[in-house]
Amino acid sequence: MLKDITLGQYYRTESPLHRLDPRVKIVATFAFIISLFLVKNFIGYLIAGLFLLICIRLSNVPVRFIFRGMKAIFFLLILTMVFNLFLTPGIVVFSFWKLQITKEGIKLALMMGIRLVFLITGSSLMTLTTTPNNLTDGLEKLLGPLKKIRVPVHEISMMMSIALRFIPILMEETDKIMKAQMARCADFESGSVINRAKNLIPLLVPLFISAFRRANDLAMAMEARCYRGGDGRTKMKPLIYQKRDFIAYLCILLYVVMVVVIGRLPV
Amino acid sequence: MAILLNHVNYIYDEDTAMANAALIDVSLKIPDGQFIGIIGHTGSGKSTLIQHMNGLIAPSSGQIFFNNEDICDRDYNKKNLRARVGLVFQYPEHQLFETDCFKDVCFGPKNLGLSQKDAELRAYTALKQVGLEDEYFYQSPFDLSGGQKRRVAIAGVLAMNPEVLILDEPTAGLDPKGREEILGLISELHRKTGITIILVSHSMEDVADYVERIIVMNRGRVTFDGEPKEVFSHYKELEEMGLAAPQVTYCMQELREAGFDVDTSVTTLLEAKNEILKAFMKC
Ligand SMILES: Nc1ncnc2c1ncn2[C@@H]1O[C@H](COP(=O)(O)OP(=O)(O)OP(=O)(O)O)[C@@H](O)[C@H]1O
Ligand SMILES: [Mg+2]
Repeated sequence: MLKDITLGQYYRTESPLHRLDPRVKIVATFAFIISLFLVKNFIGYLIAGLFLLICIRLSNVPVRFIFRGMKAIFFLLILTMVFNLFLTPGIVVFSFWKLQITKEGIKLALMMGIRLVFLITGSSLMTLTTTPNNLTDGLEKLLGPLKKIRVPVHEISMMMSIALRFIPILMEETDKIMKAQMARCADFESGSVINRAKNLIPLLVPLFISAFRRANDLAMAMEARCYRGGDGRTKMKPLIYQKRDFIAYLCILLYVVMVVVIGRLPV
Repeated sequence: MAILLNHVNYIYDEDTAMANAALIDVSLKIPDGQFIGIIGHTGSGKSTLIQHMNGLIAPSSGQIFFNNEDICDRDYNKKNLRARVGLVFQYPEHQLFETDCFKDVCFGPKNLGLSQKDAELRAYTALKQVGLEDEYFYQSPFDLSGGQKRRVAIAGVLAMNPEVLILDEPTAGLDPKGREEILGLISELHRKTGITIILVSHSMEDVADYVERIIVMNRGRVTFDGEPKEVFSHYKELEEMGLAAPQVTYCMQELREAGFDVDTSVTTLLEAKNEILKAFMKC
């Protein structure tokens, strides 16, 4: 049951997208997301979709794997589309009972649906092709200038990388404890809502204890290796732009210009 | 015939790039009342195998029978199965959650629908069986030592009165004295109650002194299955799998090579002593 959560997961393989500098991928993802909100017509979405498709092909991540993460937001997607479909005023094309479907509604619902799917796919493509460590390294580098105004950039990115690293560990731990309690005939799947919540206690207590124990161990290990924050800390693998990264930036720029120019034409 | 595995295969993360065959064509018969050791290198599939036996994992293919009933059947009562095939996980102390030991041990029996009184009776018996002193009964499990916590956790499974008790590396992370105590307790339990016991371990030494049958796992397959003497006679192959026969096996082999007339198939220290004395007398 926990297996379906692929959001924020990393997919280990070799690909041009995996090799790119994380900064490029972060910038690209942001550019892509912003571009989605600038687009006003379907041709724009077509271009965005094409761009996404090329990226997926370049990433070597199986399409099935990418869309498995979509299951988690399926409900949200349907809800958004339904609301847009029924609640947009305009020219009525179809009506029954108290509900009306308008031309504008159909258009908006479709746009919202596409936008949401693209948004999730785009951002999960980033996390699928970048290790959490690389991701936070890139973020730290990108946000570096903010240090001048006393934003604790290093600490924030360190916290983020630890949090990301702990997700799979805690998931594994949950699975283990759940099985151990099920071996003692614990029931996590049936009963009323209140009973089910109560039944979670044998799972949650050991989980919290283990999370604290792990956090404690980690803090100790970090101190044992003389960690004292970001000042003067050097990197074993500093991020350096390669030729391919500049090419990638160029491609992104091209894409953004294209989408903004074509996507904003009135239909 | 208590547990029967028929050509069981299991693949983790099936149909992804990370697919990993953890069990390959495993067929086993586990009759009532045996004391069995499962041995294998890290990652050989021991934990995966035992989780099949109480239905926590369903096989990718193959069948598993408990008392002639197919446990993969949709309407098979899994809860009942888990009470009858008790499974103690690796580091079981990580599953404790109640405010005191006694309540924690009551958790299993209560899930079976027993009344408060019956559950407490079972818990008391189980805690006595694992040899926990009375003064710890009403302490928080988190204030106990590692070995004591482990006893409480084992009692938590014992309290369900299982017919088969499976323990996954019950001695991991304990000092030699703690190990001996836990193993002694388990063999005592076997002797007194006659329940089937399956003991998973890395270490031949742990197992050699106690069990009557050894199953050796290697990369998801059952490689050897037989009496300790028979299994340890393959000590060369065992070494190739990253395992080792007990020290006495090596000792006896070297004595034999040095020209002494000793039986090399002995497995325990006591047998070895008698054998060496016998050879010594003959000289
Ligand atoms: N939850 C899981 N998801 C994916 N793969 C797993 C999982 N659990 C185990 N495996 C894999 O299955 C194989 C067998 O693992 P298993 O835990 O059964 O080994 P083991 O013999 O118990 O090892 P150990 O002695 O270290 O406990 C290993 O290759 C392991 O990587
Ligand atoms: Mg194991």
